[in-house]
Amino acid sequence: MDLIRNTEKEYLKDREQIPKFSPGDTVKVYFKVIEGTRERVQVFEGTVIKQNGRGLGESFTVRRVSYGVGVERSFPIHSPKIEKVEIVRRGRVRRAKLYYLRKLRGKAARIKELRY
Amino acid sequence: MKKGILAKKVGMTQVFDEMGRAIPVTIMEAGPCTVISKRLPEKDGYRALQVGFKPVKENRLNSPQRGHFKNAGVDPLKYVRELRLDDGAADYEVGQEIKADIFAPGEYVDVTGISKGKGFAGSIKRHGHSRGAMTHGSRYHRGPGSLGGVDAARVFKGHALPGRMGGERVTVQKLKVIKADPEKNILLVKGAVPGPRGSLLIVKNSVKVS
Repeated sequence: MDLIRNTEKEYLKDREQIPKFSPGDTVKVYFKVIEGTRERVQVFEGTVIKQNGRGLGESFTVRRVSYGVGVERSFPIHSPKIEKVEIVRRGRVRRAKLYYLRKLRGKAARIKELRY
Repeated sequence: MKKGILAKKVGMTQVFDEMGRAIPVTIMEAGPCTVISKRLPEKDGYRALQVGFKPVKENRLNSPQRGHFKNAGVDPLKYVRELRLDDGAADYEVGQEIKADIFAPGEYVDVTGISKGKGFAGSIKRHGHSRGAMTHGSRYHRGPGSLGGVDAARVFKGHALPGRMGGERVTVQKLKVIKADPEKNILLVKGAVPGPRGSLLIVKNSVKVS
């Protein structure tokens, strides 16, 4: 197990590079897209509905509703294609996986902002 | 030129390539292996290298094994296997070490190991038969099907029936080397290799790619 962790280490991103976010937060993901020879950055903004895995395989899923259609995208957190992740809003939720949002629409799908 | 090394399966993970794609990889602890003796055409009728892997305490060996390592002038090793490398074997001398750097990223290898034992498995798992309906009045669920015609009055040899599955020697061909680190004795190949974690593997360059 240690050997696996050690081998993964050099592919991992620095911890400081990735902000600590959790399910319920609204984030902006800056994702590099390669179109032919050109490379550009695409921004995907939405609510984090789950975080999954540990180590190099760690990933998170972002959900947004665009033009009335729910879109979910999963990103491997250590992927070099992810330029940065920005936290827009911290949400207060009581669950680790927010699958219940899929059934909700409009006002019901709102998440209260976390206040300290 | 043929080349080979003994390795231990460590486990699987994923790494990212230069395009940012996630690649499934198996991590192996490859080498260092020591050449214990050589099989020569004049003496043995074939050419091969006898190599050992993983140091072991001398008191773990019986006295014939101890003598064999002593004659070779090599420290005792746990696993001893022959590698038939044909002409590739001529380059090595007794006592020489084989390390993971014999392979470079981008090369293709074949990996041999003992597959995980599945015990006494039915014909669905063992031979890929399809299952009968579980409902709608069906009384035939996971059986092996018909055993043949009535006029043969016997079951033909080789008929697909339940039995022991796994625990046999399996070679997976043409796995791409992703990384080879001779300092850490680590070899990364794309895809899965036979056997449980911690089992012994033989890694050779692929017969499909020259």
